[in-house]
Amino acid sequence: MPKDHGIGASPKRREDVRFLTGAGNYTDDINVYGQTYVHFLRSDVAHGTINSVDTGAAAGMPGVVRIFTGADFEGVGGLPCGWQVTDKHGEAMKEPGHPVLAQGKVRHVGDPIAAVVAESLEEARNAAEAIEVDITELPAVVDMKSALEAGSTKVHDDLSDNLCYDWQFGSDQAAVDEAFANAAHVTTLDLRNNRLVANPMEPRVALGDYNRANDESTLYTTSQNPHVIRLLMGAFVLGLPEHKLRVVAPDVGGGFGTKIFHYAEEAFVTFASRQINRPVKWTSTRSEAFMSDAHGRDHVTTIELALDADNNFTGLRTDTHANMGAYLSTFASSVPTWLHGTLMAGNYKTPAVQVNVKAVFTNTVAVDAYRGAGRPEATFQLERLVDKAARELGVDPIALRRQNFITEFPYATPVAVEYDTGNYHATMDTLESMIDREGFAARRAESASRGKLRGLGVNCYIEACGIAPSNLVGQLGARAGLYDAATVRVNATGSISVMVGAHSHGQGHETVFPQVVAEMLGIDEGMVDIVHGDSSKIPFGMGTYGSRSLAVCGSAMVRATEKIINKAKKIAAHLLEASEADIELKDGQFSVAGTDKSVAWGDVTLAAYVPHNYPLEDIEPGLEETAFYDPANFTYPSGAYACEVEVDPETGKVTVLDFAAADDFGNVVNPMIVEGQVHGGLAQGIGQALLENCAYDENGQLLSASYMDYAMPRADDVPYYKVDHSNVTPCTHNPLGVKGCGEAGAIGSPPALVNAVLDALNAAGHDIGHIDMPLSPSRVWSAING
Amino acid sequence: MSKKMHIQMTVNGEEQEFLAEPRELLIHTLRERLNITGPHIGCETSHCGACTVTINGKSVKSCTMFVAQANGAEVTTIEGLGNPDSLHVLQEAFKEHHGLQCGFCTPGMITRASKLLEENPTPSEEEVRFGMAGNICRCTGYQNIVKSILAAAEELNSAKEAAQ
Repeated sequence: MPKDHGIGASPKRREDVRFLTGAGNYTDDINVYGQTYVHFLRSDVAHGTINSVDTGAAAGMPGVVRIFTGADFEGVGGLPCGWQVTDKHGEAMKEPGHPVLAQGKVRHVGDPIAAVVAESLEEARNAAEAIEVDITELPAVVDMKSALEAGSTKVHDDLSDNLCYDWQFGSDQAAVDEAFANAAHVTTLDLRNNRLVANPMEPRVALGDYNRANDESTLYTTSQNPHVIRLLMGAFVLGLPEHKLRVVAPDVGGGFGTKIFHYAEEAFVTFASRQINRPVKWTSTRSEAFMSDAHGRDHVTTIELALDADNNFTGLRTDTHANMGAYLSTFASSVPTWLHGTLMAGNYKTPAVQVNVKAVFTNTVAVDAYRGAGRPEATFQLERLVDKAARELGVDPIALRRQNFITEFPYATPVAVEYDTGNYHATMDTLESMIDREGFAARRAESASRGKLRGLGVNCYIEACGIAPSNLVGQLGARAGLYDAATVRVNATGSISVMVGAHSHGQGHETVFPQVVAEMLGIDEGMVDIVHGDSSKIPFGMGTYGSRSLAVCGSAMVRATEKIINKAKKIAAHLLEASEADIELKDGQFSVAGTDKSVAWGDVTLAAYVPHNYPLEDIEPGLEETAFYDPANFTYPSGAYACEVEVDPETGKVTVLDFAAADDFGNVVNPMIVEGQVHGGLAQGIGQALLENCAYDENGQLLSASYMDYAMPRADDVPYYKVDHSNVTPCTHNPLGVKGCGEAGAIGSPPALVNAVLDALNAAGHDIGHIDMPLSPSRVWSAING
Repeated sequence: MSKKMHIQMTVNGEEQEFLAEPRELLIHTLRERLNITGPHIGCETSHCGACTVTINGKSVKSCTMFVAQANGAEVTTIEGLGNPDSLHVLQEAFKEHHGLQCGFCTPGMITRASKLLEENPTPSEEEVRFGMAGNICRCTGYQNIVKSILAAAEELNSAKEAAQ
């Protein structure tokens, strides 16, 4: 019998009813009295010098309240980057200024030049059309390699060139050189990890509301981490102290990374609201989202694998160019380095691994973390490369992987991380049991009888979640701590509010977090609610990204609940006239061991708030505890994925027939939600591999700026996924033994799909080393037809 | 500024009458004028379906319909399908099968599914996927949405059989 409550059960989500009935409260649903609307006039050229911005005519248009330009933000801080990377020569990365509104130059299509605040959105838009902007267009830098050529146009005139940093990491040069010098075989692969746009269904919204009476600003915003926004915007941009700044992220319609970052529009509405003493609201259109939301991926890589005569991996080196776009977004610099290089060993015991990354400025929208952030890029390179090696060597791709698996834990990789636990053969065994490999030849023959090419691709992945500990990431350049916090507030009648720093925007925290607390206390889950998304209600929190919520914030919640139990036992001991050491808590009852004496949870909580019979000389009244939790290490989910495809050689169209995912997420609190997370990740990974591409032309014009041009998976593009999370190697260093599951699907799926397509084509007699994603019909057809 | 037009429509069973510029988009009428915020704006180009409502019995993306085109129409939004005390069969099924995550696409998704099941009361999985292809969900990967709709179809059909 599966459990029906507590850890391991799948209760239905309590947040669902409001979303199902149209009662969700998203940021755009919030309107405040006296609200004005802002429309941003954005650059339509990729690079140019601003000669003048004449707002005179526009200012007199109906409904205009005030027009702001870059000049209004002189003396105001720029948008900060939260991670300083040190390059291979020991120099700090180049960190150009990022003004809220463009000053002097525009550096990408969409760079905001002016902002019109008006009584209505229509009036703001009409007035924006009357602003006269004189820009001298400059050549745009789009391609990363040409951006690094001597004499290239510079995105930032005050920098020496377009190189943000040149980073090297991993084994020393001699060890890597030796592995390659002695290799029996070397496999090399050039590939691009395509630029993506996260596209949560809810576009970004920001509403600034200044209250002059108490000098307090409230920002309602579509954020995954309201406290981070409060800190960055308050301390670095606007100079507002935290106690005068409240940031609320209500229901948020998906994030996938893109709502981590602090954006110009958030700072603008907060700033402008103080200037005009009225609320200011901005709602992004979808086209605006394409040119102002941070993009994801966009790496160009050469990767090489050295193998000995027995097909053991002996060395790996990579050379990646990572696009930063025109400005450094909040965590942009960390993605190709610490979130990518540290995962380059993958699931394999390769003794020498070296990672080289050049981060490059271009006249494109800033690039930052998108679901997986660095880890999908690492996995894609490595798992495509291993597959190519297997084909070159004529060996089975699963056997080659198994032969090189890490099997002993903890395992310290050559790229500085220590995997605490895992069992890669077990997940591969499960995967093989899910895909009927024996029957594949018959299925391939059946496809061939219809003129179609069938392929099967597999890959493994390792990821790192809950980036930590803070003192280590601080040494690596992080300008923030990466702990999280929770307050467990027990009320007099025994009900509980848990204030958590994690933010739920689809992950189901409102259901899952109470499962844990209720299980620990032995009470009904309905007695526990979580509160999230409001800096005025929650002690602190670093928010939700990197699959960290349960592993980090959930651990803080467990620690705070343990403190509650300790105090409650003291109270129970007093009520029962027993020794505290003899008190046991089970099913919501405190009892004296070996006796039938007990008091209920509610008796203890009432005593805490009505302390008439209470040990006041020993403990304070009340029952509320806070814990901050800083993890000792990352967590390392892992898995093995397989994809079966059919290719139509006449058109190049790829159909995904089957997708299987075998994951090890450590302990699972709510299987229903975990499976949903994997499904969603798989769809985004399939989207990257098959459909999605953010394209610029050579002049820096954004070609994909609407849903007409940027293809995302629809219901009929994806198969019925088979998922499994029955292999459990619990995380050894957090109290729940959980690892995180939000990104795995997006990390693990693109290589399986591309490997499957190449398997289909090469088995049919072609000799194709690689096709860059997305595998559109034209790209596949071109590969087939040379 | 164009001249305002007298508009009358029935929304979720309630008569509405107001003056509006004909170019006002129906989604703005619903969200801003009538405070019906279930339908959402996801793309403004009819591609994502977050704004899907039912107009005179047909699924319509309200982000690309002028209010003037809906003059005299019968409009149903997610708010008209069910409420917390009495969920529609589809709303129940989406809850049961975890057919939603962030919830932003959900009102449009369910409003569309309600019409799909009228158009085809016994759809196959493939027909559900095709029939829902006008609505994008970025969270669920669609599997549980498809499951929810198939379960709702079954539920509706057994209720129909029981009634006969």
